[in-house]
Amino acid sequence: MVGSAPLWAVLAVPAVLAVFALTAATADAVLAARAAGQRVTWTVLAAPLAEVPRLLAAQRRTTPAPDALLWRLGLAAIPAAGVLSAVVIPFGHVTVSRMSVGVVWFNAMEVLTWAGVWMAGWGPNSVLSLVGGYRFVAQGLAYELPLMFALICAATGAQSLNAADIAAAQGHLWFAVWMPAAFAVYLVSVYAFSFLGPFAYPAGRDLAGGVAAELSGPDRLMLEAGRWLLLTSGAGMAVPLFLGGGAGPALPPWAWSAVKTLAVLGLLVWGRRRLPVIRADRYAELAWVVLIPLMIAQALAVALVVLTMGGPP
Amino acid sequence: MTNVVFWILAPLAAASGFMVFVFNSMARATIALLVSFLASGGLLIWLGLAYLGTVVILMMIMEMVIMAVFMIAYMMNPAGLTQMSMYHNKRGSLAIGTATFVLLAAGIFAAPWPHRAGRAPRDPTFQLGTALMGPQMLTMIVLGVTLFATMVAAVVLATHRGRYDRFGDDLKRRPPADPVRGGVDG
Amino acid sequence: MLQLFLLLAAALFAIGLYGALSQQSIVMIMMGLELMLNGVTVAAGAFWHYLAPASVAGQVILVVVVVAMAVEMAMGFAVTTAIFRARDVDMTDMAADLKR
Repeated sequence: MVGSAPLWAVLAVPAVLAVFALTAATADAVLAARAAGQRVTWTVLAAPLAEVPRLLAAQRRTTPAPDALLWRLGLAAIPAAGVLSAVVIPFGHVTVSRMSVGVVWFNAMEVLTWAGVWMAGWGPNSVLSLVGGYRFVAQGLAYELPLMFALICAATGAQSLNAADIAAAQGHLWFAVWMPAAFAVYLVSVYAFSFLGPFAYPAGRDLAGGVAAELSGPDRLMLEAGRWLLLTSGAGMAVPLFLGGGAGPALPPWAWSAVKTLAVLGLLVWGRRRLPVIRADRYAELAWVVLIPLMIAQALAVALVVLTMGGPP
Repeated sequence: MTNVVFWILAPLAAASGFMVFVFNSMARATIALLVSFLASGGLLIWLGLAYLGTVVILMMIMEMVIMAVFMIAYMMNPAGLTQMSMYHNKRGSLAIGTATFVLLAAGIFAAPWPHRAGRAPRDPTFQLGTALMGPQMLTMIVLGVTLFATMVAAVVLATHRGRYDRFGDDLKRRPPADPVRGGVDG
Repeated sequence: MLQLFLLLAAALFAIGLYGALSQQSIVMIMMGLELMLNGVTVAAGAFWHYLAPASVAGQVILVVVVVAMAVEMAMGFAVTTAIFRARDVDMTDMAADLKR
């Protein structure tokens, strides 16, 4: 049974999330080094962790007439979205918040990135940042509805909006097996709301970094850390939603949760370097014309299965 | 139930609601409205309406970001770099607003509110869902049709290009003549 | 406690009314309308919790108000876009076509 965690676990959520995010960033650094033909040394492995104190001590860049309030608020909202969306993820048999509407809370907190990235783009009063912020809003309008329907598919399959209940309903068959379209769209949307990989359009190289163009020092740390925290939170939520939660034969539940989260993270980090960047306007048409009807059909299929079989298979 | 949550969120909602009309910068005005909505959503969650409060937070973040895009597009002085005063009949509106508040407050304190009838169900979300799919099906249908009509009407009003602009007079041109290439139709 | 919630709702409603009456630009008027509906939302939630928590009608009213907010925003922006495209303005004073 999933119990509510003690109060100190509230501090454990950002800590555990940060450890997983750092692992993902290190794996990404290793893949980048191998792609560049370098040898993987301890320096390469320690580089993401060493970035943290370096960026904290680096000088912050200022621009003429920035909107400092919105800038800092927006930058703070991005890692806050990652951490807040993770409080409803059950880790093994422990979850910090046993909200009955955990899935909707996860969705609401990752939507906070819309406000955060737009404000971070608006704040510095710089053209490239502004374009990056607007690119994220365009991308957001595209990815959000398919993501919502994918979450609804998982909730319909388990007849509950609580993440722990959804994990418990996959005792016989993982949801990723019998609702594959929802799982695929969910993974694609994790890339989209952390604007990494194929959806790095808002922070693209053609914009000199886009949203990150005018950031240095602690501001840059908040943006980059926020992206990795969001990716990790998305990967962590995929486990109870589609991969059975902490269930598994030999290991304790928290170990299975960790293993499955690392597997999803590994897939996402590997895919980041393999897939080209998609332009938001092209993805918008694909999302609205193809993915939304596909997700509605998937939700219909899930609902029919649950109604005829009296529950998930 | 401690009242600390109320005394933090309620003044925040009212104050940020007022700041919407005080800020010179349109971006800040929109974000102030967003903060007001987040505080209201938090109050709803605190009252026990977990699903509705979370849905208000979710919807309002998305709505306010879209509203920010429109504000920046249509309003002058979006960054608040100059003083701006775009009012008409400021004194009259202030009088009407204050009078409304006084009237409502008088009613709130004078009305003989009944006692609480019954206890909240264990899962208000489930109760809402079964009601909307059962006894309140008419409400559900009306909301669904209204939203659909809104979508169609908004697109018709807002777009200035139709099928004949895209596909030519005989609807046979492929790929369609769009200013930006789409991702599906070429 | 119910009265405190209703006071907050009345305050939001009054502030929204002030904004909707005093602003010239259509989008600012819409922000005033959104604040008024925000007040109605808080009031509906307070009524549900403090007067009739067993009944589902309070929650259904909340759903209707939230949908009304979405509809109002969508139609407001569509109309603003149409007027802007036609006349390159966004203020209500220049949209007084129905006035004699």
